[in-house]
Order: sequence, then structure tokens, then C-alpha cells
Amino acid sequence: MKTSTQFYHSVYLEPKLCEGCINCIKRCPTRALRVRNGMSRVIPQYCIDCGECVRHCPYNAKKTRRKGFEMLDGFKYKVALPPPELYSQFNNITDTNLILTALKKIGFDDVFEVSAAAELVSEETRNYIKNNKDKWPVISTNCPSVTRLIRVRFPALVEHLLPVLSPQDVAADIARQKAMKETGLPAEDIGIFFLSPCASKIANVVDPLGLEESQIDGALAIKDIYPKLLTAMKSLEEDDIEELAISGRIGVGWGISGGESSGLFTFDYLAADGIENVINVLEDLEDEKISGNLKFIELAACSGGCVGGTLNVENPYIATSKNHYIHKDLPISVACKEDYEKDYNLDLTWKTPIEYIPVYQLSENISDSMAKMLEREALLEELPKLDCGSCGAPTCKTFAEDVVKGIARREDCIYLMRDEYKELIKRSQLVNKKKAEDKEKQREMERGDLQDGR
Amino acid sequence: MENSIHLHYEVDGDDFTRAGEASSDVKHKLKKLNVPSDAIRRIAIAMYEGEINMVAHADGGVIDVDIYADKLTMVLNDVGPGISDVSLAIQEGYSTASQEVRSLGFGAGMGLPNMKKSSDEMTIETEVGVGTKITMTVNY
Repeated sequence: MKTSTQFYHSVYLEPKLCEGCINCIKRCPTRALRVRNGMSRVIPQYCIDCGECVRHCPYNAKKTRRKGFEMLDGFKYKVALPPPELYSQFNNITDTNLILTALKKIGFDDVFEVSAAAELVSEETRNYIKNNKDKWPVISTNCPSVTRLIRVRFPALVEHLLPVLSPQDVAADIARQKAMKETGLPAEDIGIFFLSPCASKIANVVDPLGLEESQIDGALAIKDIYPKLLTAMKSLEEDDIEELAISGRIGVGWGISGGESSGLFTFDYLAADGIENVINVLEDLEDEKISGNLKFIELAACSGGCVGGTLNVENPYIATSKNHYIHKDLPISVACKEDYEKDYNLDLTWKTPIEYIPVYQLSENISDSMAKMLEREALLEELPKLDCGSCGAPTCKTFAEDVVKGIARREDCIYLMRDEYKELIKRSQLVNKKKAEDKEKQREMERGDLQDGR
Repeated sequence: MENSIHLHYEVDGDDFTRAGEASSDVKHKLKKLNVPSDAIRRIAIAMYEGEINMVAHADGGVIDVDIYADKLTMVLNDVGPGISDVSLAIQEGYSTASQEVRSLGFGAGMGLPNMKKSSDEMTIETEVGVGTKITMTVNY
């Protein structure tokens, strides 16, 4: 079984650029960041690669680990997997074939729309919901950050996770089979490249959900290919445009919040986006505060859904509006499992189970954890509760916990320090005063001696 | 000396939107303590229902929680109207909730039954016009 420390992380720090400010520690939704020795540090088992720190670092020091076009070298046949978010990065797109054809001009031999695979996942999800009433509400597993969050923080909800592969992994599987069929090349000569909107889906390539190994050979950031792609799109003549689009409204809609749900043909769903909102929904869900007969819950870490990923170019809400514009004239759905099963080996369900990973415990067992909790609460009483962040922890509570766990020292709190300093000054003043008084007494005695001796 | 953690909460009777803060705090603490997740879930539900009841019927109250290595006890005390017929109140679906409370999605008559179902032991001491004291224990 994979443990949390083996989670692959795509978000990293460029130390040269870090000023050691508290912006990232304050924004991190899982309290995974601390400032130590003037630099941001991550506690890897808490990090879910949501990219909030990347989004909010004013110095651009938090980055997403990724490679560029050099990844394509060495493969005889290269296939791009464009997600629907890509389409809404450009202006006035009515025909996605323009974008898809342009991808074939910038180094790819073929393209396979992730939105087509998404339609297959929608179909699989509809069946899963129908056949698994005991798992209602079923929770989407499309956003890898949300899934990681549930795995480390919401143990009671793990069983509600949809055990269906992500559209990107399904697309990769079909794309490789298709390329092998069409070219006669062996699997290893075919390179499958996902065009990622976010850090978390890049991490998912290395550390996929429900699979031992992803069929994706590498992920390129949408913003990295954007300039090249735009130039290629501008140079295309009308006659050059190929018919490459193979998905409908449901598939393309997956790029925005609520899109995945709209492919389920039910109103009994909830869609939330933005990591803090997602956490609130999960808390309420865990406490069974969400009543009614919800069948499905769609959660995206980024505001707006996948169009909100940090590796996109366009503002998420403008991109959402463009997504509506693009998909309005498309058929409801194009891809269906029956058709694909004729040509490909399709298996959309998870091969490896997902389990709860406890990372937030104070100690190994209940009694030790309780002792640490009491210590934490006692220390918290002494702290100013300003959550100033000067100690390097995001809140006084987190700091108290860090001290108890032995990863921070009491004196890292400048207020505790100040009080101790004041105490020290007071004591040294007392000592000095006493010394002065002693001296004065001594003098008086000496004077007395002199008088007596006269 | 038996190791235990005592927690005390004052539940504000005027603010429905804040009902649930105490149970939420307890839940977060329990998650840090290696308490099994099923027990955490039951505790959170039982306590939340209790909090809601305090706000809905009794203008708030106080909750005292004791966390032990193998169980949690909570005592919910209010100086509300009391429950005139406990055996009726504990029936699923029985409700005295006002329209205002029902419009907020509460008052379905599942509060006490859920509390009983979620806890391993529950005792209700109540006197009309004096108040109610509910003690619940969840073992883990």
C-alpha cells in the first residue's frame, strides 16, 4: 500500500526567490507550510498539491515541477491529450478542430480529446450511481487534490469516492491502443502527453489514482504550450482544419464546475469549487449535516473547476463563459462505451483500492496523543492567539502543535519571547537595584565609621 | 491518575448558524487523537444534534466533554422548558419545532432518536420548566 510520504509532489520551492514571508503558510488549506530560517518549507504528508501557494506567492517562488517539449524526443509517434479547459484559453473559438489541428502542427502526430474519455467516465458513473445506492452520495474523483484531501482528512468519506479512472487516464489508455493499431508500432515507441491545467494533474501522472502506473508518458503545462499553439492556430488555413473533435457537450463541460454533474442526468447533485468551499462541504458531509437524497458530489480544488488551474492562461470565469460558448452547439454526447468497446479494451474501474492515510495524529496511540493534546491546549493558553505567523506557523494553534510535536521551539513565538525578555529585564533591574542599595548601605556605614572615628 | 481531556462549551442560543461549532471542535480534536473514525462520526452526530436541540428549544446551554482513552462522555445541560414526555420525544419523527426552525431544515423529529442511535449510553434527566440534562457515552 502506498503511504502518504510516498505521495509524489509536483509543487516545489525555488529557494532563491523565497523571501520567507507568510503568504503561502496563510493560504495553505491543509496547513502544510511553515517558514523556517527565512524560507518556506513543506510538511510533505500534509500537501495535496492544490497549488494555492503557487497561486498566491508574490515572489513566484512556488512552482510546478514539469518538463517541456524535450519529453517528446525519443518517441516515434506522439499523441497529445488536450483537456476541455484548453479550449477556453482562446478567444472566439466556435470549432475546437482549429485547436486540435494546430496541436498536430507543433509536434504531435495525433490528438485524442480527454473530453471524449470524460463522456465514457460519465456513462460509467451513471451506472455506478444506479447500482450502488449504499455509496450515495458518490464523490467525484476527478480532482486529484480533493481525493488526496479526503484520503488524509475525511476517513469516513473514503468509501464514497467514485472508483472510476480519471478521464485523462482513460484517454491515455485508448490513445495508446489506437496509435498501436494505426501505426503498428510497439507500445514503447508511442508517447502519450497530457496537457495539464494544474499541478495536481501533473502529480497524478507520476502517482495515479486507482492504477499502479499511468499510461501517460508526460504532462505539459497548458501555459507552456500556449504561445506555440496560438501561433500555429493563426497560421492555419480553413482547408487545413481536420475533423478531430470526437466529443459533445457533456465531455467539453467537464472543464468547468458543475460540468461533470451535468453528465449524470440528475438534479440530485452538489457541485462545489475552490478548496476552502470544498473543505466546508466535506466537513458537513462527514457530520451528515447535508440532508436530502444527494446522489453525487462534484468537488474541484480550484475556483471555477479545472479552468481555474494555475497552469491555465485565461481568467477562470472568462474561461467558464467561453466554455459555454464553445459547447452550446455541440451534440449532448458523442462518445459511448458500446462503440469504443468494439475497437478497444476498455476497463474504467480502479485497479488498486484507495485507503485512508492517517497523517494528522499527534502520536501513535490514543494515550500519548491525549497527553500531547493537553500539552498543546496548555501552551495555546499562553499564546497571544493573534495568528501573526511570525513564528513560521500559520496559526497559534498550529504553532502549539508544532512545539508539542518537537518541530518548533517555544521561543520561536516573539510574544512569549518578549514576555520572557521583559521578565529578564525586570529581574536584572531588581538585581541592579539591590546592588545599588547595598552599595549605598556600604557607603553609609563607611561614613558612619569615619564620623565615629573623628 | 486516569488521563482525560476535559472540554467545556457554551452554546449560544441566539445564533442558529453557529450551532455545530462545539461538535466541530470536538471532531477536529478527536481526529488528532487516533480515535477510530466510526466513533468520531457517531460522536459528531450525537453532539451536533444535541447542540441543535439546545438552540432550538432551550436558548442555548453548556456542554461538558470528557475524552478518555477508550470512551467519550458528554453532558449537555440547559435551563430550557424541559421535555414533558420523554418516551414521545425519543420517537422518530416526533417534533415540536417552530416554523422558523423547520424552515432552516431542522426539526424533523430525528434529533433525540439520532442521539440515542449514535451513542452507546444515553440518559435524560428533565423537569418541565427547569431544564434538561442529557448524558451520552460513546465507547471506542
